Amino acid sequence: MIELTIPISAEQILSLHAGDAVSISGIATTGRDAAHKYMVERLIEAQRPLPAEDQRLFDELKTIYRGGAIYHCGPIVRKTGERWSIVSAGPTTSIREEGYEDKVIAAFGLRVVIGKGGMGARTLAACKAHKAVYIHAIGGAGVTSAEAMVEVLDVFKKEEFGLPEAFWKIRFRRFPGIVTMDAHGRSLHEELGKGFDERLAGLLRG
Amino acid sequence: MTCDERNRLSGPAFGEALFELIRRTACDLPGDVEQALKRAYDEEAPDSKARTILPLFLENIVLAREKRVPLCQDTGLPLFFIHHPSGFSQRAMATACAEAVARATREQFLRPNAVDPVTGRNSGNCVGEGIPGVYFEEGDAEALSVALMLKGGGSENVGRQYSLPDDALHAGRDPEGVRRAVLDAVRRAEGKGCPPGILGVCIGGDRGSGYLHSKHQLLRPLDDVNPDPVLADLEKRILLEANTLGIGPLGLGGKTTLLGVKIGALHRHPASYFVTVTYMCWECRRREIRIEADGTWCFIG
Repeated sequence: MIELTIPISAEQILSLHAGDAVSISGIATTGRDAAHKYMVERLIEAQRPLPAEDQRLFDELKTIYRGGAIYHCGPIVRKTGERWSIVSAGPTTSIREEGYEDKVIAAFGLRVVIGKGGMGARTLAACKAHKAVYIHAIGGAGVTSAEAMVEVLDVFKKEEFGLPEAFWKIRFRRFPGIVTMDAHGRSLHEELGKGFDERLAGLLRG
Repeated sequence: MTCDERNRLSGPAFGEALFELIRRTACDLPGDVEQALKRAYDEEAPDSKARTILPLFLENIVLAREKRVPLCQDTGLPLFFIHHPSGFSQRAMATACAEAVARATREQFLRPNAVDPVTGRNSGNCVGEGIPGVYFEEGDAEALSVALMLKGGGSENVGRQYSLPDDALHAGRDPEGVRRAVLDAVRRAEGKGCPPGILGVCIGGDRGSGYLHSKHQLLRPLDDVNPDPVLADLEKRILLEANTLGIGPLGLGGKTTLLGVKIGALHRHPASYFVTVTYMCWECRRREIRIEADGTWCFIG
């Protein structure tokens, strides 16, 4: 198990290879469908100047994401008094963000995208160009994942996006996953997919 | 309201039973699915990724049960399947289901999963137009039973409907055509539906009834045998063959791509021949309760 701590350097990213088991520690956020649409359409590609509220969030996210990570996850959260905590928080399917992720990686200098199911050619190219990796978390393992999300530090866009889709700023401690797309242009998903195709063709030929 | 209906539906007992049904379904994976995952571990090669991943699944199951928290953050769409004697108000039962869902969401046993597609607003309580899904069947039996399935969104997205014949797949209107379509669906789902999955398949019906009937199949226990010998053979064959595709747990390779295949059939229009596949993730969350005439209730199975 390779331990990664945010902020993560380009050198560390280049030392990782598809298939490596890793764990991540440090401060990162969740972000899924509404968050990605928002980041690209209303922050990265929006007309300048941005509305003050969006500019504030843009600046905050830049601080978190430089050398950092985004986690494709819509958690179940609990509020006790004034404090939020994470109840269950495994990964959501990443491919829905394929149209956005390359722009997010480029704009923020993200080093790590965490999710499940893998992503496509555009994200793979962005990982290579900007020294980032895609880490596959354990789909369905909501409780064990939540155990590694030890503290909720803040939340952005909660009212507008709803609880599952908000940006939850969280302290991660040894969150486990497997590198499936690396910064050298290798995607385990792509490689395995070729085998699936061949074996399916074999079954349908017979 | 009949005396029987009053006993079973009114007062706190019915709502309490529905709430407990939701809580347990979200937090406690059925034994047949857990056993199948344990068997899958034994089948996988030592040093494989599958051997790393499957124990993490099993650890999550134990931890969720112990801590009484949802197995997965996506507690899915709540779908209730209610069998009831004649004379029961379906509207009253549907309202009780929605109230139990809202309460379970307040208590973090469900995630608020009802989003208005026009405004983008999350209703906040997991209740909205068409959510929860509540389906009724009136039967001769005196028993009132409520089955609940929590259907995850990621796996729902990889469901598919085929209209046979399908030239590209060389799939005609026969069991061989069904086999080809279903194997294609498994390949396309690859790791995106959280394999090892369970397939609910409907042959026939129309575009709407096909999907609903395919979900009904997912209520069947993994070890049951289809009473129709043709469908039983097809289920067995597709399960065996899908597990040679190499997709494996989470799509990262392995021998366990599916835990089960359940096929049902509906009569079809002469012009149509649909094969509808619903993909259930490895966390196949389904439970059923029976409510007696005196209002007492228990889990079945």
